[in-house]
Amino acid sequence: MARCHHCDEFSRASFMRRTAAEAGRGLPAIEAGMPAPAGTGLDRRTFVARTFGLALSVYGAGKLNLFQEGIARAASGPAQPVLVSVFLPGGADSLSVLYPALDSRYRQLRPTLALGPGDGPQFTEDPSLYWHPSLAPFATLHGEGKVTVMPAVGYTHPDQSHFTSRHFWEVGATEPRLVTGWMGRYLDHAGARDNPLQGLSLDYQLQPSLASAKVPVAALAAPDEYTFDAPGVWGDVENRMLETLQPLGARRSDRFLNEAANATAQSDRLRRQLAPFTGSDYGTPVPYPDGDDGFPRQLAGLAAMLAAGLPLRCVAITAPGEYDTHSDQPKALADGLDITARSLLAFQRDLEARGLADRVLTLVWSEFGRRAEENGSDGTDHGAAGSAFLIGTRSKGQMVGEFPGVANLDDDGNLRATSDFRAVYSSLLEQWLGEDAAAVIPGAGSFQRPALVK
Amino acid sequence: MPPVYRGPFGKPQAERLLWRAGFGPRPGEAERLAKKGLEHAVHSLTHPGRERLRGPKPHDDNGHPLAPYDAWGHDQLWWLDRMVRTTRPLAERMTLVWHDWFATSEDASNARLMIRQNNLFRKHGLGSFLTLLTDVTCDPAMLLWLSGTDNSKDSPNENYGRELMELFTIGAGRGGYTERDVREQARALTGWRNDWSDNLGPTHFRFDKRRHDPGVKRIFGRRGHFDWRDSCRLCVQHRLHPSFFVTKIWSYFVPTPPPAATKRSLERLYVAHGHAIGPVVEAILKHPALYDGPRMVKPPAVYVAGLLRSLRRGIDTEAWTWLMDLAGQSLFFPPNVAGWDDTRWLDTSTYRARWLIASHAIRPHELNGDKAKLPADAAKLMTRAEAFFGKPVLTGRTHGELKRFARRALGDANARWKKEQYPALIENALRQLLASSPDLQTS
Repeated sequence: MARCHHCDEFSRASFMRRTAAEAGRGLPAIEAGMPAPAGTGLDRRTFVARTFGLALSVYGAGKLNLFQEGIARAASGPAQPVLVSVFLPGGADSLSVLYPALDSRYRQLRPTLALGPGDGPQFTEDPSLYWHPSLAPFATLHGEGKVTVMPAVGYTHPDQSHFTSRHFWEVGATEPRLVTGWMGRYLDHAGARDNPLQGLSLDYQLQPSLASAKVPVAALAAPDEYTFDAPGVWGDVENRMLETLQPLGARRSDRFLNEAANATAQSDRLRRQLAPFTGSDYGTPVPYPDGDDGFPRQLAGLAAMLAAGLPLRCVAITAPGEYDTHSDQPKALADGLDITARSLLAFQRDLEARGLADRVLTLVWSEFGRRAEENGSDGTDHGAAGSAFLIGTRSKGQMVGEFPGVANLDDDGNLRATSDFRAVYSSLLEQWLGEDAAAVIPGAGSFQRPALVK
Repeated sequence: MPPVYRGPFGKPQAERLLWRAGFGPRPGEAERLAKKGLEHAVHSLTHPGRERLRGPKPHDDNGHPLAPYDAWGHDQLWWLDRMVRTTRPLAERMTLVWHDWFATSEDASNARLMIRQNNLFRKHGLGSFLTLLTDVTCDPAMLLWLSGTDNSKDSPNENYGRELMELFTIGAGRGGYTERDVREQARALTGWRNDWSDNLGPTHFRFDKRRHDPGVKRIFGRRGHFDWRDSCRLCVQHRLHPSFFVTKIWSYFVPTPPPAATKRSLERLYVAHGHAIGPVVEAILKHPALYDGPRMVKPPAVYVAGLLRSLRRGIDTEAWTWLMDLAGQSLFFPPNVAGWDDTRWLDTSTYRARWLIASHAIRPHELNGDKAKLPADAAKLMTRAEAFFGKPVLTGRTHGELKRFARRALGDANARWKKEQYPALIENALRQLLASSPDLQTS
């Protein structure tokens, strides 16, 4: 592909990421030209079928037992509530997400970036505010009582570093040295020792909020990609090869050798959990947005995994888009919010169609909002209070904390927070996940619990 | 001076040094380096002489030469080829260190500018940190990435000023600077601009004093008509910079934090040599913690380049770009301005990516069960698999488990055609398992 200086560099990059993912999926399980192995009982048809994960019978009795165990474990006990965390990376501009269109001070602070009252739908709970035009899907869900809005969420003494502020949100405390994520600590309390799927990063890498100290958690881009093939290895030998992952993953005395062994063991466990799922059609009942981004497909895969009864508890995913809009904010923000919001609407409709909607809540957040005053390069610098949303049929649907307005900014010229992310986490733990927040969030006792769940 | 390792310096130590200070050994290289002893081994890495590129020339999937400026992903392959073929592995490894330290993404510019920046890292990798920092500050890819050319007298942009202190020189949360320092640094850094050309994209990067804020700034309590050079100098002279520098550079070579006394003596060494990078790196490469301490997880680029070096294979496919992306490290596309997180290379997703990388590395040598006649002997098959990768040092456990696998799989051969074909299949599987074993993920 020839380099094109006129096309949008960002979408080109995300296109390549998608291509990468597809290339990963496309690695053939069966080598072209491989001899038909007479006598193995596996002819070409069953090989092909296995590539698509449809014919479990070819795995033989041992593998079938694993399959049945996985389903049995998933089906045993009541269906658990699921929390999905969606991170908008870079600090999404809360003054564009919900904007006070008619406030003259807003228009003074944002002479080029201000949006008008005709641009986006009105926010019914506070008619002085309007949804960013790309967030019309959220406005629709809000109209159905399925979105709780936090228009200015943050913490006291806001930190304007991406990494520090995101770290605070990920670990669920304003503690720079905490190394476990808030959902990871929840799973350490309430999770199982043998179920990596309980904490799932829908990503090529583990999301920090899921970093646990004791229990296994997993990262995978899509459930149907989780295969371990090797060139020129099949039949009995392949089964023996895959069996070897377990002893290779056994505990080692060297700290980082053990880390690598641990990744081997957890990958092996996840491989066995997903074996029945590999390559299957998701059976998605609703349309998701088309396009280059992997996000809609990842959400479709998530809904399918839940529908299959896989034992998921906490899920984390990074939203598409680039929200660190120091320049060229209008297009970057609109594009990112557009694909994110349309995908999340499709995900909600998918859950509803599959009868799973009462089991899933989705929290959308960013590490901070942006400076009230625009910066002169068609963008905004780092700010303080950001916006967050809790989506789902069980979401309370009443805003938490009022919109603070631009008349009373903090000393750095940023929006003041009217709700605290640690209070939000505490409510989610207690009202949704059924866990005492004090066991997970440091200092949880000092926060009022907003009503987030109905 | 920081302590120096005094234990035995044999093949295991030389192999570890080659992985930490480069991209692992070619077959026989660790044995040769071990003969030099620690002192001369490290010296040979820090003073390698003129660069030569050894081994097959790189080409794309169609056999054409790489077009790093023009074809997508070829810039990554161009760099990977340097890692694989260079005779100056430490210089190339330092280039990777600086790419992570001054993490700049091609998302904001283009391959031409990224390669220009990359050559800057290659040139200054072991030289003066102040020179490196000053050159990076006005490097076009960086100016675009952290809004340097958007930062002008009339509309200051804090992006670079903040990261300059937080990520490049001083560190956040240490009381080293205030939000006011961020704003004043932004003013000092004003003045850079560029033009746009339909052919080249962003071009003609220059300092324009009309866009520079010439007023008095107050940075770290000092007042002056500071400009971008002063910004860099003030950061490097900051009392908290040496400790930031030595801790961060240490972390690229040793996975556990430096002992307090070592940290202090490295800081002294750094300051005594006028903020030169080389002496600090040399001291770290001789430090006992590198040889006696725990292993280290290889970054994906190091893992890939190392596998290819061990197989004497050049760049002959574009697959490495998407494979490295799956493993969590697209060269020229760090995840953000803080670079890659070296504590989180391995999880269930990136482990599978490394499995795929191993598959792709061994694929051209795949043995065919119909044709390859191999001995039905587990120990012999294992010895062949080790030789295939140039006999890397393995732990007893991994060696034992792989041999046990081979024995069991040979035992499954309950028909004549299986007895003939399984040894080749087992050899293929041993290569796959060895390359993706915990031992080869770490060094």
